[in-house]
Amino acid sequence: MIVQYENIIIKTISRILIPFIQIYALYVIMHGHYSPGGGFQGGVILGASFILLVLAFGAEASQKRISLKKLTVLASLGLLIFSGIGLVALLMGGNYLDYGKLPLPLESIPKIRAMGILGIEIGVGIGVMAIMITIFLAIASYETEGKND
Amino acid sequence: MLEVLSGLLIACGIFLFASGTLGLLRLPDFYCRMHATGKCDTLGASLALIGCALYNGFSLVSLKILFIVLFIFLANPTATHAIGRAALVNQVFPWTRGPSPAGSNFGKEREEE
Repeated sequence: MIVQYENIIIKTISRILIPFIQIYALYVIMHGHYSPGGGFQGGVILGASFILLVLAFGAEASQKRISLKKLTVLASLGLLIFSGIGLVALLMGGNYLDYGKLPLPLESIPKIRAMGILGIEIGVGIGVMAIMITIFLAIASYETEGKND
Repeated sequence: MLEVLSGLLIACGIFLFASGTLGLLRLPDFYCRMHATGKCDTLGASLALIGCALYNGFSLVSLKILFIVLFIFLANPTATHAIGRAALVNQVFPWTRGPSPAGSNFGKEREEE
């Protein structure tokens, strides 16, 4: 695991900055369809905020908020949202990921398309965030796990 | 008037960036280089962005630019501190003129701990 050096400066600044990084990540995800950004970029920023948490507080201390079990569930959930929306469109008679065919209670097709793209981006964001943190934790904990085996 | 002020701020920011880059290229070792870039980049970026915000006037874009300034003001010194501390813990040797008598102990004491 990551060796933990007590450092009050990094801990305090991380505690201040992490909520704002996460709000910015949600903003990037939500504005994906009419400004630069989107699911992947927002997910990477969201994952980076958790990586900052692990770097500042150590892997054991942040185990409460992000464990590998939760991350696996989240990665699967993101993929399920993405492919689920595509399959629903397929079941309603359109092509795969044909947002216009989604059964949403909205009056016009462009609004339904906008909501469909938003759903896709939320799914991509959750999946990318979970995979980013999983890769980081796997690389960070490689050395000690090898010694324990 | 506002344009002159914003141009002055951006010029000051660019001067600080230039001096920081000069320090990065010319100073001898890791700690000195970080000493040059850490402070100059923070203040240079802040001044240049505040100049841009003034030039843009009172709008949402200016507010976003000021948020970026606040973020850089908090994050850049912290990152510099973290990198310097990591270098110290991992026994990066500071530069001294000529062969250093104290230098031979620097890494070894920590290795024995």
